[in-house]
Amino acid sequence: MTLRPNSRLSLNFTLNDSDLSLDIEARSSLLDMLRQQLRLTGTKKGCNQGACGACTVLVDGARVLACLTLAAQVDGRLVTTIEGIGTPDSLHPLQQAFITTDGFQCGYCTSGQICSAVGMLTEYASGTPSAVSEHLAASSTLSPAEIRERMSGNICRCGAYNGIIEAITSTAGASQ
Amino acid sequence: MTITPARPDIRPTPTKPTGPVMGQPLDRRDGVPKTTGTAHFSAEYDLPELAYAALVHASISRGTITAIDTTAAFAHDGVIDVITHLNAPKLKSPPKTLNPLDLSTMAAGSTISFLNTDQVFVDGQPIAVVVADTLEAAAYAASLVKVDYVPLPVSVDFDAAMPAAKPAKGLPVGPPLGGHTGDAKAAFAAAAVTVDLQLSTPQHNHNALEPHATTAVWDNDRLTVYEGSQNIEWTQKYLAKRFKVPATHVRVVSQYVGGAFGGKTQVWAGTLIACIAAKVTGRPVCLALTREGVNRTVGARTATRQRVAIGADSSGRMTALIHTAITRTGKVGGGPEHVTACAHDLYDVPNILAQQRTVELDLMPNTFMRAPGESTGSFGIESAVDELAISLGMDPLEVRLMNQPDDRSPIGHKPYSHRRLATALRRGADLFGWSQRPAGGTQDGNEFVGWGVACAIHPVIRMIANVELQLDNGQATLRSAFHEMGMGSATAVAQMVADGLQIPYADVAIEYGDSALPNGPGAGGSAQTASLAASIERACEQARKRIGDGETSFSVKIGADSGARSVPGQLRMMKHMALDERRLKKAATGAHFCEVRVDADTGEVRVTRWVASFDIGRVINAKTAASQLRGGIVMGLGLALTEQTLIDSRTGRIMNAGLGDYHVPVHADVPRIEIDMLDDPDPAMPMGVVGAGEVSIVGVGAAVANAVRHATGTRVLDLPITLDKVLPRRG
Repeated sequence: MTLRPNSRLSLNFTLNDSDLSLDIEARSSLLDMLRQQLRLTGTKKGCNQGACGACTVLVDGARVLACLTLAAQVDGRLVTTIEGIGTPDSLHPLQQAFITTDGFQCGYCTSGQICSAVGMLTEYASGTPSAVSEHLAASSTLSPAEIRERMSGNICRCGAYNGIIEAITSTAGASQ
Repeated sequence: MTITPARPDIRPTPTKPTGPVMGQPLDRRDGVPKTTGTAHFSAEYDLPELAYAALVHASISRGTITAIDTTAAFAHDGVIDVITHLNAPKLKSPPKTLNPLDLSTMAAGSTISFLNTDQVFVDGQPIAVVVADTLEAAAYAASLVKVDYVPLPVSVDFDAAMPAAKPAKGLPVGPPLGGHTGDAKAAFAAAAVTVDLQLSTPQHNHNALEPHATTAVWDNDRLTVYEGSQNIEWTQKYLAKRFKVPATHVRVVSQYVGGAFGGKTQVWAGTLIACIAAKVTGRPVCLALTREGVNRTVGARTATRQRVAIGADSSGRMTALIHTAITRTGKVGGGPEHVTACAHDLYDVPNILAQQRTVELDLMPNTFMRAPGESTGSFGIESAVDELAISLGMDPLEVRLMNQPDDRSPIGHKPYSHRRLATALRRGADLFGWSQRPAGGTQDGNEFVGWGVACAIHPVIRMIANVELQLDNGQATLRSAFHEMGMGSATAVAQMVADGLQIPYADVAIEYGDSALPNGPGAGGSAQTASLAASIERACEQARKRIGDGETSFSVKIGADSGARSVPGQLRMMKHMALDERRLKKAATGAHFCEVRVDADTGEVRVTRWVASFDIGRVINAKTAASQLRGGIVMGLGLALTEQTLIDSRTGRIMNAGLGDYHVPVHADVPRIEIDMLDDPDPAMPMGVVGAGEVSIVGVGAAVANAVRHATGTRVLDLPITLDKVLPRRG
């Protein structure tokens, strides 16, 4: 099959709580499909080249960069965006923790940081090691050094890193 | 299927304090929208018939466009129009001279008439814009535009151009570009102990995480622009002039700004071109720059070359201070940056010489970036003071303390309103445990460990703040077109209003970020909070009086544009501020203390501990102020260790126009940063507020360099402190 620049395809996937069937441009990234076609703009575009982490979403629970994912790749899968993590009327504990610890300033990286943190905690619990892990078995407490290493794909240019680490530490601690 | 996004919802987070709230660490009022993704930034307005635009960037630095072939781009599905200098509407030329009575004449980031000229002045200059139904179509079609040029020779190499540097001329407002007292050269020649350093700092780009984005909507001759801005009023007036419509016909909405740091102060090409595209196509147009586009079309912090020479007597008292610097501007805009300003105020030296020169290059003009001048100039002075301490065999903290001015400035002998730098040095030292510092660095396993100290100072700047305060049966609404880029402005303003009116915090609503409101101060120069405090103080005073008189529902307006937006009113406020500046010297100050660990094999520098103490006057919100101060230190870590915009010295093209190779600090680079605030109101400032946005980046580069020197014995004079500079002479 030859794909032209404007080829289209149909896509079926689950977004947060909704099952969707969409007709999309084959060249659309997951990020542009979310932001443009679905007007779901909580997922942010900071660099569009996989360097900043602002577009982090969860696909089947694992964190991915939506800018480097073709929309076509999520066919048949479950995509969770910040809008599916919690809502203004029902905040996820991490969202509340970010507010309490002042884990953001301008707010542009925040969706990505929170989605990344959710995915990161799952990875850690499953025993996935990081570059700074001393043991392959996950320890019961997640050290700040582990969190920093695992969250380093999410840039915060305002420099709210201390608050973000505190938010994740307090939430992870409470849930253990 | 459509998902309707939730409307922006600014409200207090669940904390509902009672009683006075000034100083309390309240949560941000915009916490819920920002953590749930419901905050709408400038590229996120869901307007009917919205079209998307993509820029075509020039691939040469200087020359003439001889042909543009847009046929293939036009033919691509979904493309609405391709606009170049051949078919764009003619706009009024951008202002080329600064009118001190109208600072919006400084709004233009460059003098280039985008899409109105066949000339290319800088690499990456936008020379066409494609408008399409989808972003994908616009971006792809932009790649199909073919351009022919006749290139011209360029001057883009900073070091090569240096012999042609000319004395820098200052602006009518702002910090000094030079100055002197006594005879610094003679005193330096006669000094018992001397240091004489040549230093350099590279270009830095802001790289706020939100790429500049504009959504422009025309309704006949009325324009609405959704734009992340630090300067709503400048943007409004600038666009009105260029499109030849009254300023009242241009509305700039800037509800959320995804970081700025100076990069959203002036108006850059994307903003203007989005408005052109909307005008030509008759559609609302969203133009979000690519990350590369941000780096190519928005100005940056100038590179610097500096000399700092200090003479002292054998007791450590400084007798001579010479600080000279060369910076660069663009041939098409930008200005000199006050790199030597710190020399005026940091130390009490009887003989000071500060001098600056600039060179003009065929590069994007420089612009404001967090603590322009002080951030790089402090690297020079505070590195040299550290070397002086080493030459004297003294503790670098002691040398700093013994050379503090008591209460008057070394140049001009003006009184400081409230100088607390020595206090910050002592408190920071205590918190850090500086008294335990070994004379030489230590080794811990495979790491060299060192401690560094540096001072911070940033002068007070104030701007005009117009506010409207409306009371309605105990509920207050404060309206002013100020800016919220993450500083926590709205929260701090609400705290000031609540206490000013002695009403519960939850009963205060704040409206900001919209030119339909009274003109606010620009968010620059760490000026916004103090500027607003002055007007809020007066508004609350008048309101309390009227409440005392039995009124329950009324509105109070403060400021030069409270009636007609009168020039005499602006002049009165500017004169008042200028006189105040002339009488007293006011500044935010601070002291940094840090520990670094340097890998003995690789030379990699890790910052492992940071304590900083600041005098920012009265603290309005202890939580957001500390965050803002931390943020400046984090950006300073980038300046110290990783950030440098690399420019091809042959072509002028930025070689690392992306976050993959322009390295800003990430989680793993940032240790716990302990912030101490004196919280000591400045009696000469409204509500005692000084300002916190910039002071904390000042001195960070030197503090790290001084710690590296302590750890390894290597003095790095050229930022950033990369591995190659640390290794060769280590140990």
